[in-house]
Amino acid sequence: MQQSLSGARIVARLLGGGSRRLSDTLFRGFTLLLVLVVVVVIAGVTWVLVSNSMPTIQTFGWSFLTNQAFDPVHNVFGVGPAIFGTLVTSAFALIFAVPIGVGTAIFLVDFCPRPLQRPLAFIVELLAAVPSIIYGLFAFLALAPWLQSGLEPWLQKYLGFLPFFQGSFHGLSLLTAGVILVIMVLPLITSVSREVILTTPTAQREALLALGATRWEVIRHAVLPYARIGITGGVILALGRALGETMAVTLAIGNQASPIGPSLFNTGYTLSSVIANQFNEATPGLFFSAVIEAGLLVFIITLITNIIARLLIYSMGHRVGGLTT
Amino acid sequence: MSVLVEQQPPPAANPFQAPRTAHNARRRASSIAIVVLSGLSTAFAVAVLLFLLVYVLRQGLPYINIDLFTKIPTPNGEPGGGLGPSIQGSLILVGLASLFGIPLGLFVGIYLSEFGGRGAIAMGVRFLVDVLAGVPTIIFGLFIWILVVVPQQSFSGLAGGLALGIIMIPIVARTSEEVLRLVPKELREASLALGATESRTILRVVVPAASSGIITGIVLAMARVAGETAPLLMTAFGNPFFSADITRPIDALPLRIFNFADSPYQAQINQAYAGSLVLIVLILITSFAIRWATGGFKRSVR
Repeated sequence: MQQSLSGARIVARLLGGGSRRLSDTLFRGFTLLLVLVVVVVIAGVTWVLVSNSMPTIQTFGWSFLTNQAFDPVHNVFGVGPAIFGTLVTSAFALIFAVPIGVGTAIFLVDFCPRPLQRPLAFIVELLAAVPSIIYGLFAFLALAPWLQSGLEPWLQKYLGFLPFFQGSFHGLSLLTAGVILVIMVLPLITSVSREVILTTPTAQREALLALGATRWEVIRHAVLPYARIGITGGVILALGRALGETMAVTLAIGNQASPIGPSLFNTGYTLSSVIANQFNEATPGLFFSAVIEAGLLVFIITLITNIIARLLIYSMGHRVGGLTT
Repeated sequence: MSVLVEQQPPPAANPFQAPRTAHNARRRASSIAIVVLSGLSTAFAVAVLLFLLVYVLRQGLPYINIDLFTKIPTPNGEPGGGLGPSIQGSLILVGLASLFGIPLGLFVGIYLSEFGGRGAIAMGVRFLVDVLAGVPTIIFGLFIWILVVVPQQSFSGLAGGLALGIIMIPIVARTSEEVLRLVPKELREASLALGATESRTILRVVVPAASSGIITGIVLAMARVAGETAPLLMTAFGNPFFSADITRPIDALPLRIFNFADSPYQAQINQAYAGSLVLIVLILITSFAIRWATGGFKRSVR
């Protein structure tokens, strides 16, 4: 008895609680254990992805990133077109979602009639709650046919001299995936920007107003400089979301590689859609490993974007947008 | 008339009125432009949501009936049938995910709020949890696929639940942490002063005081994973028949919507719409309920 008690005391000391009761020590230990489980899961994801990608990493090296063929028949794998599709659709999404999202945030904080502020912010947040499969269904059954018969011919007629709007209309295309991504990352940019803009000190706004600044000048010289870092964090968070989005993009993008070219009317695929489409056919060996390496790439890319985004947001000194994913 | 005008003194220069120069006209124009453009942005976001809701409602509502919730899907192209197994499967999967995700998330939240504070380890864990929240969910599907499905040589409900459980952890952890932090320090001190141990104080005083916020986080996480598709593709896989065996493939509503979306049969597309409507209504109800529970649309808890 004496023996076991002193044993427990030693464990208690180790856990950092000099004179703490045994029950407290156990509780602390249990909590720490569960925290450890979560840490192990994250480490486990990394390890499992890396170790299962080894066959293709060793066989193809860096050429996996640029190779155009994803060819199980000849056992040659590369994700060049998928990386291209991922980057093009995400860039498209940000080009449109950033001004609209930041604009919405500015309106909600600075110009919106007070009673409407929270309801409108709530509606924008609802956009983030809609499951991606529903965006996918919408893109596949409504957006794609409309783009094919409506917007794409119109764009080609008036802007066809641009390389982005050439070729035939497929409906399912990089453009369709890009448009649906605009809608999907919009609420993320808006909510992070809104929370950061809300933290701009009132005194700064009032100081500029007292100097006779217009609304635009207040935004330009007081709000945006203050919120810039946080907004950048939100935008990068949105980039990570766009780069990794799977279901909506898989349904919208057509999942066929066109030769890499500037036209947004081309079909394509992304790293995530390769996984969603190919995992079930993946035979053990290089094919299996290629699918996992595509996953590893998505993981690394989104890890980097998320780390940068979080550091930027933390550096604002306010924990904002903590849960928005 | 003209006499009257002439008799009036010239309007006194308003000291608060900027002089009407071209420069000030530009300033005024840019001021109006920012209001209009930002207003249009907001209108766009709101319009998109309304359009989406109305679209799913119009396409899905005619196919909502009792059979949708109770029957199994009919073979290709035959009319009738329903999404019973998908709805049952989704409930089982969310239940399984909660089994893993809620305790892990809650205790991570307790650690971050009660023990970690602003220490280096806690900041590291907080950072990891936030990063975890940003990882695309298909990655967790891939992880469980390699770890569970491939060795077992069978897709399973259990695998699906595990993948969804991981996704729940960061949501539950961070909401729990935030609301636990809101519990006044005096409450903890009062409990400790009465001789309660630390663990008792946390479990009997602090957590109950924050329970409504914690439940909000849990519901949020459940709603979120109820709509997840990507990680289920390679774990739960789908199953057109009723099955409660978690060691076998199991259906889920989002999976069924995905499988039916590109179906060549209009009947299946209609069911995909109806399923989407069910899902979206479920998520709207949860969102509104959370809003209402956390202070009747007064302050946003997120």
